[in-house]
Amino acid sequence: MIAKLKGSYGSGIQALTYAGQNYILVDRSLIPDLLHVLRNEEQFDYCVDITAVHYPNRDKPFDVLWVLYSFARNERIRVTTQISDGETLPSSVPIWPGANWLEREVYDMFGIKFDGHPDMKRILLPDGWKGHPLRKDYPILQQDTEWVQINLGIESGQ
Amino acid sequence: MTESDSALSHLDLETPEKPFLDANELVINMGPQHPATHGVLRVILRLDGEKVLGLECVIGYLHRGVEKIGEHRTYTMFNPYVDRMDYVAAVSNGLGYCETIEKLLNVEAPPRAQYVRVILTELNRIASHQLWLGTHALDIGAITPLFYTFRDREEILKIYEKYCGARLTTHAFRIGGLQYETYAGFEQDVRNFLNFFLPKIDEYEELLTTNRIWVERTRNVGIISGKDCIALGVTGPVLRASGVKWDLRKAQPYANYKNFDFDIPIGQNGDTYDRYLVRVAEMRQSVRIIEQAVEAIPEGPIMAKVPKVIKPAVGEVYHSIEAPKGELGYFVVSDGSTQPYRVRVRPPSFVNLQALDKMCRGQLVADVIAVIGTLDIVLGEVDR
Repeated sequence: MIAKLKGSYGSGIQALTYAGQNYILVDRSLIPDLLHVLRNEEQFDYCVDITAVHYPNRDKPFDVLWVLYSFARNERIRVTTQISDGETLPSSVPIWPGANWLEREVYDMFGIKFDGHPDMKRILLPDGWKGHPLRKDYPILQQDTEWVQINLGIESGQ
Repeated sequence: MTESDSALSHLDLETPEKPFLDANELVINMGPQHPATHGVLRVILRLDGEKVLGLECVIGYLHRGVEKIGEHRTYTMFNPYVDRMDYVAAVSNGLGYCETIEKLLNVEAPPRAQYVRVILTELNRIASHQLWLGTHALDIGAITPLFYTFRDREEILKIYEKYCGARLTTHAFRIGGLQYETYAGFEQDVRNFLNFFLPKIDEYEELLTTNRIWVERTRNVGIISGKDCIALGVTGPVLRASGVKWDLRKAQPYANYKNFDFDIPIGQNGDTYDRYLVRVAEMRQSVRIIEQAVEAIPEGPIMAKVPKVIKPAVGEVYHSIEAPKGELGYFVVSDGSTQPYRVRVRPPSFVNLQALDKMCRGQLVADVIAVIGTLDIVLGEVDR
């Protein structure tokens, strides 16, 4: 499968293995296309997880990754792409409806927006909250003091 | 504009079928302090009379930032935190986390530890299903099963207490194996429990399986097809009740599940009644696994060679297990230091809860309670 994908996308795809697990590193430009191909031609019909990792010192600070599983092949694959701060990604809700909340969580925690998502808003934190907590520049003790004071009527949540 | 208006603004207004009367739509709020939402879940329902046109879940009330905490603790220190996500199946959470880090370290727990792990995890699956059954029946109006299941669950918690001192958030496993050797009489306790428990499953079934009220309240309620389950990422007993024979213990065996002989119970209709049957059958299968495991525990060490300070090489690993609620995955990134660079938890309850809207459309308000119950969500895990 990897060979076939490499054949059609060339150097935009890097196949890697770590601890016996396959993952592919993909150019941002290939993302919408590649996810479609994986879903429709390679039978990856179950989107297990979508998440991100923040590397603040890199040129493109965010790794966004899709964990996919295929029932027919009993195989798992991870697709990783790197994006810069403020860059958006196409939503995969039309491909896998289950991506809905997972993408909302990525937005909530990292501030990465997904274009074409039916309801791109926070999911775990309250709507008016400031900041995206899983970014590395968000200290663990930080809170949106203003929000806490207005909505909870207390000085601080700590 | 009130808060609930804005939360509803995106809702798809398409009705499942044309309403009989052109009645006004009614928006009502359920929760977050509702006894039948199994924690602090808020559901905004859009109704036409008694019929549900659509709903939206508002979650996050129990958000504690577990993933953020993980980045600020060492690998060992984070282990007890994972127990606090799905607190009725803490042992499963611990198993998933320990195995993920073991993968990252490229070590494997010794055989004796593997067997004890399987026994404790399967006991936990039974305990989780018992708690689900009791509360689910209570929501629907049958009080007695709650007393039965809690009485029997107590016996499992007693085994945990004797083994590691804790009943609920057990922290039973360590990275690389187990911290505690089993106590004298552990095997006998487990055997006694199995002998005691098998007839109890029949008792639950006597109370419910052919009970007219139970059947009326659950059959053809909250139907979801296998195809929809896969599209929505729904796993666990909900997926299996819709006829998809998929269980990670068989599909991609972890721990030493490949050594045991057991079946994957499935349903056909994907309704609430089938999910009940599947979970009850799963309890029986867990008993089968424990029976085999307890007779075969080998002698030997309980810890693999793991350094005192855990510092995995740079890399990333995704590993998942079949928790009582579905696929529980951990994605851990190591930067070579003593703390994980990123810990991502893929919680089954969170993803399964997405299906609530799909399953409730066209049903009655009272069925929403039944469907929330049948999804078997734990809000500690949904919100993390």
